Amino acid sequence: MRYIPHTDQDIARMLEVIGVGTVEELFRSIPAGSRAKGTLALPPPMPEHELLALFQRLAGANRSATTGDLLAFLGAGATPHAIPQALDDIIRRSEFLTAYTPYQAEISQGTLMAIFEFQTMVCELFDLEVANASMYDGATATAEALLMTKRLKGRDRFVVSEGVHPEYLETCETYLSGLSGVELVRVGLGPDGRTDTAAVKAALESAAAACLLVQSPNFFGVVEDLAPLADLAHEADALAVAVVTEMVSLSKCQPPGACDFDIAVGDGLGYAVPVALGGPGVGLFATRDEFKRQMPGRLIGETRDANGVRGYVMTLATREQHIRREKATSNICTNQGLVALCFTIQSALLGRNGFDQLGQLNYAKAQYARQAIAALDGYTLRYDAPCFNEFAVRVPGGDAGRLVTDLAEHGILPGVALGRFDPAWKDTLLVSVTEVHRREDIDRLVAALAGKGA
Amino acid sequence: MSDIPSHLQYTKEHEWARTTDDIMRVGITRHAADQLGDITMVELPREGDEVQKDDEFGTIESVKAVSAVYAPVSGKVVKVNEILEDNPEYINDDPYDVGWLVEIQMSDPSERDDLMDAAAYQAFSAEQED
Amino acid sequence: MTQSCVTPGLLHFEPPIFEIGATGRTGASLPTLDVPDVDSAAALGNLARRKPPGLPEVSEVEVVRHFTRLSQWNHSIDLGMYPLGSCTMKYNPKVNEATARLPGLAGLHPYQPESQIQGALELLWELERALCEISGFARTTLQPAAGAHGELTGLMLIRAYLTAGGNPRTKVIIPDTAHGTNPASVALNGYKPVSVRTGADGVLRPQDIEAVLDEDVAAIMVTNPNTLGIYETHLPVIAKMVHDMGGLVYMDGANLNAIMGKVKPGEVGVDVMHFNLHKTFSTPHGGGGPGAGPVGVVERLVPHLPRPTVEKHGDRFSLDFDRPESIGRVRSFYGNFGVLVRAFTYIRELGGEGLTQATEMAVLNANYIRARLKDAFPPSHEADTLHETVFTGKPLKKETGVITMDVAKRLMDHGFHPPTVYFPLIVPEALMIEPTETEPPEELDRFCDAILHIHTEAHESPETVHAAPLQVGLRRLDETRAARNPRLRWTPTEDSE
Repeated sequence: MRYIPHTDQDIARMLEVIGVGTVEELFRSIPAGSRAKGTLALPPPMPEHELLALFQRLAGANRSATTGDLLAFLGAGATPHAIPQALDDIIRRSEFLTAYTPYQAEISQGTLMAIFEFQTMVCELFDLEVANASMYDGATATAEALLMTKRLKGRDRFVVSEGVHPEYLETCETYLSGLSGVELVRVGLGPDGRTDTAAVKAALESAAAACLLVQSPNFFGVVEDLAPLADLAHEADALAVAVVTEMVSLSKCQPPGACDFDIAVGDGLGYAVPVALGGPGVGLFATRDEFKRQMPGRLIGETRDANGVRGYVMTLATREQHIRREKATSNICTNQGLVALCFTIQSALLGRNGFDQLGQLNYAKAQYARQAIAALDGYTLRYDAPCFNEFAVRVPGGDAGRLVTDLAEHGILPGVALGRFDPAWKDTLLVSVTEVHRREDIDRLVAALAGKGA
Repeated sequence: MSDIPSHLQYTKEHEWARTTDDIMRVGITRHAADQLGDITMVELPREGDEVQKDDEFGTIESVKAVSAVYAPVSGKVVKVNEILEDNPEYINDDPYDVGWLVEIQMSDPSERDDLMDAAAYQAFSAEQED
Repeated sequence: MTQSCVTPGLLHFEPPIFEIGATGRTGASLPTLDVPDVDSAAALGNLARRKPPGLPEVSEVEVVRHFTRLSQWNHSIDLGMYPLGSCTMKYNPKVNEATARLPGLAGLHPYQPESQIQGALELLWELERALCEISGFARTTLQPAAGAHGELTGLMLIRAYLTAGGNPRTKVIIPDTAHGTNPASVALNGYKPVSVRTGADGVLRPQDIEAVLDEDVAAIMVTNPNTLGIYETHLPVIAKMVHDMGGLVYMDGANLNAIMGKVKPGEVGVDVMHFNLHKTFSTPHGGGGPGAGPVGVVERLVPHLPRPTVEKHGDRFSLDFDRPESIGRVRSFYGNFGVLVRAFTYIRELGGEGLTQATEMAVLNANYIRARLKDAFPPSHEADTLHETVFTGKPLKKETGVITMDVAKRLMDHGFHPPTVYFPLIVPEALMIEPTETEPPEELDRFCDAILHIHTEAHESPETVHAAPLQVGLRRLDETRAARNPRLRWTPTEDSE
């Protein structure tokens, strides 16, 4: 067994030093009645080449956009972008891949500086003052944000926009279900596709809320007007929380911090790592400096060593579970370290100019697609308001799921059929267009949709 | 053994108390400060807050631990040592003097009878060491 | 020491990436626009970003060099042992990286039609079967992203089950040796943690449980073996007591590496348990994640599992969202799929035989270390320990003033990552050591030699040990300064204080 070095001689020598006769004796503390019967009923061990063949078969039983087998325009919180080879090369380095959580700072400076850079980049993208070392995903980051506003405001009511990703809202509901007296008040979108500000105002006025939660671009791809929403929240003495599931949108759209939001959360899935059936991604969390002690998750801080040399450590750990235990800001222990590193590398490789250029590519290609599809008979844009790289389309025949199934036969996934989230959205297709789509890919999509038109 | 001024009274939670008329000034002992290590943050009540004897009224944080502070007596908080907000290290430097935490106007001075004197606290701490 | 085991070598003092590069540089490889250009700022109007984010401007060369230099400052499993208790820092197989990167797996979108992801669903289904077989549970959810996340999920399942029965109850019993995530997870579920002391012999005693057990107790959370490395021998009796009172038994599966093939938690009274795939099942730690924390449950908790679950009908796999009693979702999408692929690769490579052998050698390695160190650093308890042992540095402190933290830092000078220190809280000056089965015997001997050397050094020149580390490129970092004056992001003005 290649991962277990011990030979029979090794074992014999070690048993002698320990002072027992057999390996089985080392398990004598387990009562006989508790012992499992027989052996584990699992398939037998496999040599590497057979193992790879097995996984090739499992992989081959899927259709994937990255093998060229499929032309896909799928986003909905998991928007695939190009991930450079250099990024993968760096994270495959043993020193990053097989390193532990950086509790012993002096021998973890690689990880610590990288995460410090990550925190900095998240702050810059969201335009907020402090960011943590990452959370599991955008959905749990959102739930944690609500809990944070609850702690800060001492209130149990949260006003949330239905423009927030349905799975994020569902996660919040699950997280809050264990706490009594907590209420999630949903506010719908207006006819323009943005959160209905009148409804927000009414919801905030009817009873004291800890926060207002919105997403931008929202689940339907519409860019929200964040500044007035923050004002409404603050007028009601509530905090303003923004979700961003498409980080590339921050190249072109006003970030939450600039709109006076108090907390911003999001996910780097698709931007930092391949979408991989939805995980692992990386949850992002940023807030104002004054709230940092209520922020969940790990924090890396800068300091000096005994010789005055600059270095990095985990800090403000007294918020966390290993010290505060039941009074901790969260129970989170592992974050998404390696994916946070991917985020940092991607952002560094793109840099200021590349990030802007990436945004421009996404925006322009999505506009091109949007205009072309809107011009097709039988297809209407669900909303007219500006979007970034994703837009919602009502399809002829009223069954977007059926449309997707039909086109899938021809190797095209035209978008996500939203009926899977809510039957009321059965007629709507969410189309995502990014830098990976060439003009001829978009033309092919449009032609395919036209073929299914009225 | 950590220094234990003889003119003060002490609690089992390692707080000290100095009383003048009906005002009790409270802090943590050298022993407690040493256990915590370098103190990084202090959370204290506000002036005017009511406290009950033995209730937690604040926390003191170091790099590796968080310690609750408990009220030795009941009463009203009349003064808070605000300098600790920006300089929590004063507690490490001088826990009995500049590192004091709050002043409480006692509602029931007889509660002082439950506090230990220096000798009793010395014995109590020595026992705790082991 | 006569000859240092580590030397700094070519270690660059690398600045943060924001201090590298020049205006106009980029490492991006992007296509030129092949559709009509649009003035996005004009189109978005007041919604348009005004101030661009302060990202670095560096070429690919500079990025690769920067992170390569940074990597040199990290310890890693591929470099040497991490004897961290309850972390199970075993070797991360390279073949796992190959399978996880197969485009047919990595390139899948969670919202593709089910007919297009049958291979992925089959993988998830088979992984669930395997974890159930290993642990003795009826079903396992693969959704949680980490162990602590799994704990949260498990407690939610307990709450949902009890609520469906009419009374969620209010308390959860937690041993004083529990990992900090346990009480934190309890509190997040609106339960109150009730602490119970571990007996003097290092295990939970039924009479101590009885003293705090009543009809308000929703559950007991145990780790088995516990964080002292000792098998909880009274677990079946305790489980029965809790069950008779209408409560449930949660097990923290962090220490599963000690019992694979030997004990199935589902068979000894445990109702729900989380796995740590990044511990027991070899997925890489990545500097702090991503991990995965699947949760196994007995039959009666199955209706409450997060949705969707993966189901098999004939040879077709599907996602089942129609689960009215489900607790809902604990995250977006289905789980940390990339991590699940790696764990499944490991399980298929080893088979039941290999997993059992892993457990046996893990326990052998830990006991070997115990035999070699026990005179210098007494084990916390007389009782047998399995895959890890907690030693106390209290006698050393008393004799020399050198504390466990000093020993830990001095170990770095010998090329080792320190063990877990000051945990569990009930052992003074604790050193918790878990080697795992992938450590060769010679490495264990080098490690023990280093510890014993430091023990001697503590007597002969304690000031050296106090001052450690001395060899790793940085001296001890000032954590007080970091906490008192937090600098949590890079800023352009103050980089040279």
